Amino acid sequence: MIKEELEKIRQEAQEHIAQSDTLDRINEIRVSVLGKKGSLKEILKGMKNVPAEERPAVGQMVNDVRVQIEEAIAEAQKTIERRVQEQRLAAETIDVTLPAKRLPMGHSHPNVIALKEMERIFIGMGYEVIEGPEVERDYYNFEALNIPADHPAKDEQDTFYINGDILLRTQTSSTQIHAMESGRIPIRMIAPGRVYRSDAVDATHSPTFHQVEGLVVDKGITFADLKGTLDDFAKKLFGEETKTRFRPHHFPFTEPSAEMDVSCFKCGGKGCSFCKGEGWIEILGCGMVHPHVLEMSGIDPEVYSGFAFGVGLERIALLNYEIDDMRLLYENDVRFLKQF
Amino acid sequence: MNTPISWLKAYVPELACTDKEYNDRMTMTGTKVDGVSRLDKNLEKIVVGRVLSIEKHPDADKLIVCQVDVGMETVQIVTGAHNVFEGALVPVVLDGGRVAGGHDGGPLPENGIKIKAGKLRGVPSAGMMCSVEELGSDRNAYPEAPEEGIYIFPEALGPITEEETVELARAGKLDSEEARAMHPVEPGMDAVELLGLRDTVFEYEITSNRVDCYSLLGIAREAAVTFGASFVEPDVTPAEDEQGDVNDYVSVEVKDPDLCSRYIGRVCTDVKIGPSPYWMQRRLAASGIRPINNLVDITNYVMIEQGQPMHAFDLDTVADHKIVVRRAQDGDMFQTLDGQMRQMDHDVLMICDAEKEIGIAGIMGGENSKITDEVKTVLFEAATFNGPNIRKSAKRIGLRTDSSGIFEKGLHPTSAEAAVNRACQLMKELGCGTPVKGMVDVCEPIPDQVRIPFNAREINAFLGTHYAPEVMLDIFAKLEMDYDIEKEEVIVPYFRQDVKAMCDLAEEVARFTGYENIPMTLPGGSSVMGGLTVKMRIQDKAREAAMFNGFSEAMTYSFESPRVFDRLLFAEDAPERRAIRISNPLGEDFSMMRTTPLHGMLTSLSTNYNRRNKDARLFELANVYIPKALPLTELPDERSMFCLGMYGEGDFFVMKGVIEEFFEMAGMHGKMTCDPKAGKPFLHPGRQALVQYEGETMGYFGEVHPDVANGYSIGGRAYIAVIDLENVIPHTSFDYHYTGIAKYPAVSRDISMLVPRDVMAGQIEAVIAQRGGRILESYHLFDIYEGKQVREGFKSIAYNLTFRNREKTLEEAEITAAMKKILNGLESLGIELRS
Repeated sequence: MIKEELEKIRQEAQEHIAQSDTLDRINEIRVSVLGKKGSLKEILKGMKNVPAEERPAVGQMVNDVRVQIEEAIAEAQKTIERRVQEQRLAAETIDVTLPAKRLPMGHSHPNVIALKEMERIFIGMGYEVIEGPEVERDYYNFEALNIPADHPAKDEQDTFYINGDILLRTQTSSTQIHAMESGRIPIRMIAPGRVYRSDAVDATHSPTFHQVEGLVVDKGITFADLKGTLDDFAKKLFGEETKTRFRPHHFPFTEPSAEMDVSCFKCGGKGCSFCKGEGWIEILGCGMVHPHVLEMSGIDPEVYSGFAFGVGLERIALLNYEIDDMRLLYENDVRFLKQF
Repeated sequence: MNTPISWLKAYVPELACTDKEYNDRMTMTGTKVDGVSRLDKNLEKIVVGRVLSIEKHPDADKLIVCQVDVGMETVQIVTGAHNVFEGALVPVVLDGGRVAGGHDGGPLPENGIKIKAGKLRGVPSAGMMCSVEELGSDRNAYPEAPEEGIYIFPEALGPITEEETVELARAGKLDSEEARAMHPVEPGMDAVELLGLRDTVFEYEITSNRVDCYSLLGIAREAAVTFGASFVEPDVTPAEDEQGDVNDYVSVEVKDPDLCSRYIGRVCTDVKIGPSPYWMQRRLAASGIRPINNLVDITNYVMIEQGQPMHAFDLDTVADHKIVVRRAQDGDMFQTLDGQMRQMDHDVLMICDAEKEIGIAGIMGGENSKITDEVKTVLFEAATFNGPNIRKSAKRIGLRTDSSGIFEKGLHPTSAEAAVNRACQLMKELGCGTPVKGMVDVCEPIPDQVRIPFNAREINAFLGTHYAPEVMLDIFAKLEMDYDIEKEEVIVPYFRQDVKAMCDLAEEVARFTGYENIPMTLPGGSSVMGGLTVKMRIQDKAREAAMFNGFSEAMTYSFESPRVFDRLLFAEDAPERRAIRISNPLGEDFSMMRTTPLHGMLTSLSTNYNRRNKDARLFELANVYIPKALPLTELPDERSMFCLGMYGEGDFFVMKGVIEEFFEMAGMHGKMTCDPKAGKPFLHPGRQALVQYEGETMGYFGEVHPDVANGYSIGGRAYIAVIDLENVIPHTSFDYHYTGIAKYPAVSRDISMLVPRDVMAGQIEAVIAQRGGRILESYHLFDIYEGKQVREGFKSIAYNLTFRNREKTLEEAEITAAMKKILNGLESLGIELRS
């Protein structure tokens, strides 16, 4: 009797469970079958009519049915939960092509990007980065660099003077003298900084711009070392495939002097409008430190030699990032800066 | 320096290379070619034609129809030019040919103008007769060309080389029919060649040390060594058959030998002014100098060839035939030969005669001694003036001439002699005059030739090369440097004033063995620690902090107008106004070294605002220049300022946040405080603060005063911050110290307060921090309200406090005690607790 009833409860419960599609419905089934007033509890109430010797067997039967139903419920619950989750996830689908949310980061100045690149390269070669005063004594800007009082380079039209002795430096080369006067040899330094020339503002001129000076002084420094160092620098800055060309030139404070060209990074040296058909682009001036300059700064040219170079930072920035007007660098339009 | 290659070849006859080769190799030995222009660019199928007949155009009054013999055939050409006549020899561009430009002489089109046969008003025309403008030239190069219309060739060119002229002169036939008939011009000949346009002009960038290369001979020497060709210098030794004695014609006195180390005078008599020969005109024209007459052309020719400017006086205008070289007197007025009156001063050197000033030395002659076509006797001046003095004088007078441009480089006294002799030689050769024997030469002692000890090993060690001594000596020999084998010294020729020491010899070796053949090595020896200075690292931290917060890096000028202080509402006696002035600025707007970075930043914000950029956040690491004393006797303090500016999104507290973040990143972990009494006139009086750290002022920030913002046309609220990095640096650190993550739980308490309106959060925080004791871990303001629900004169503020003991679990009693101390402290500020 009980056995049939149990079987019926089991069958009915399993059928109901199979038909359920919500967790609520499953719960109702659990309550109606396994709950305090559920059908299984009702059956157990009839246990008192079961002869004592059969009770364990019947009890076992009831238990089996309960376990089976619990398992079915758990199974069904899992299925429904999975389905519900699937539905929720499906509903939560987003348009991944919508715009990103970004922190409004600021941007670097092109000059600074170029400067940091150069610093990185030279620090890697063991160079110190130093700086010197922009408002400078005539001696450091000119005389100590082999540019005596009557030299055309000293002409007032190029130099801003504060008074007869103090001026705005026209070149970072003045830092060479400070480095040499410090008396610490060997020297391997670069010195970035602002310089001033009396040029009216236009697309290619600015009365203030930046240079990066370089100086190496030690025993046995050669012109070959100068070439090797700057060739290495050019390859690191413009790419491994870059070729360099050193042309004779003149600077009062170096001898021999040179200008370094790099193979055009647009056409690779074949000649294009960017390099004006030359295949080469002028990058920097350099040379062996003039022995007289060493001497004036208290370094014995019989023992030591050195090389120096100067790079126009704006020139590198304009070339490298293809900026066609120098004025953009000092206007600070955020639409310009955002591109860097 | 612009010169045609054809002229250069007169001194380097073996030179044979393409324009490109010449360009490249000269550039690589140090004579940089800055421009190359082929004179026959876009000139195709242009021949000489002879106009046989001219008829009126049937349908157009302004046109004529010409039959033109172009050699192999006769073609019909319709033209609007009316200077042609029957028998005229003209340049004709044939059907399918090309000319360089239009007849108006405007800018030349890149690919010229193609000429095709066609009809003009119904009449066929098989080509075009050309003006010099259409040939890409102008009347400066061909002064004989008509102002408007077709170029007309002479029937013959006459002597076309210097050699032909010399030969004719020797035979006394210069002025003969035979001479004039040389090189007849005939129909069908290459008109471009006859016009001297089969040539290339090179423009050189000469470095300031190579005074010798401001002459064609100097460049020719370089070219000869570069290409291994021989250099043929004109022989300027005066002819033996010269007559008379120059001292009978002129005397010279130099009163200021410091400004004139040599003055040579030579005289030519029987002067006959006329056009110079074809070859001289073509060479000058291609060098950009307009041919004038034989005498003027000779001085110009010598200036280019020898690099020595000269001056020619009409000796009959020189009072007492006496030249005196002396300084001008302050205030002297002098009329130069361009007709201008100019004021002189004591540092200007003048050429005078016995009575008056007749020229400004090295710059320009005077109107009063100008050569006219009636001149009979010419005095040539070739002098050596002090270069710097000429440069400064030319600048002061405001008159820079070709002549002063060369003198200012500093000529060697030897070149004066060669030049004046060359000029007299040409006078004779060209039949322009008869040189009188001898020269008046007032000369300071000429410096000895420079001798440099030669040591090949030393040069190799300097260059990093291994050249044999013979290789080096061979180069020196080609450069006309003698070698004293006994003394092992190189003797430098006078024209190489730039060669003074071993390093200069090394340069010559490097140039002519090729810079490209020097190996590439890296410096050996002891290595050095590289890296940035502390200041640069702090500047990089500032950059990071600013950029993380949306500020982009700006750069502005270091000089500005002194008027910015008024725009920034600075008081008359504000210390910022004590600024360094530039004595020769580009203008008032660039005349003062900034003492604050405000103007640059506000200008940049203004630029952005007025270009309708919605938001702008900028920062600059700006140097300011603070004088220690004015006028400047020692160098100023250059201080690096971290300046931030913004408008649009964001407010005062965003700015404050950036500064806090920067301090944090720079290792300044203490509390930054704000003092509202910043006293900055350019900031909103109620929205400004001094930034303080460990009791010292680091800078300030705030909202830009509306009057200032207005002055810069910035609408809306703008904010600015200025942090003095020199003040910040002593407080920064790159050290990190780990303190362990707390194991014991924290307890949090909220305090809600009714605060008198003028009590600031900073005061409350000071009380909390001071009285919270060791167990107070942190506190933060989480609510602030002022308004209707709050009693008049008060504001409601709520803080959350976190307590923690790092060693053990907190006990209630500890917290209560700390809270009590804090609350007592707050009450003493007049604060009431809200329930």
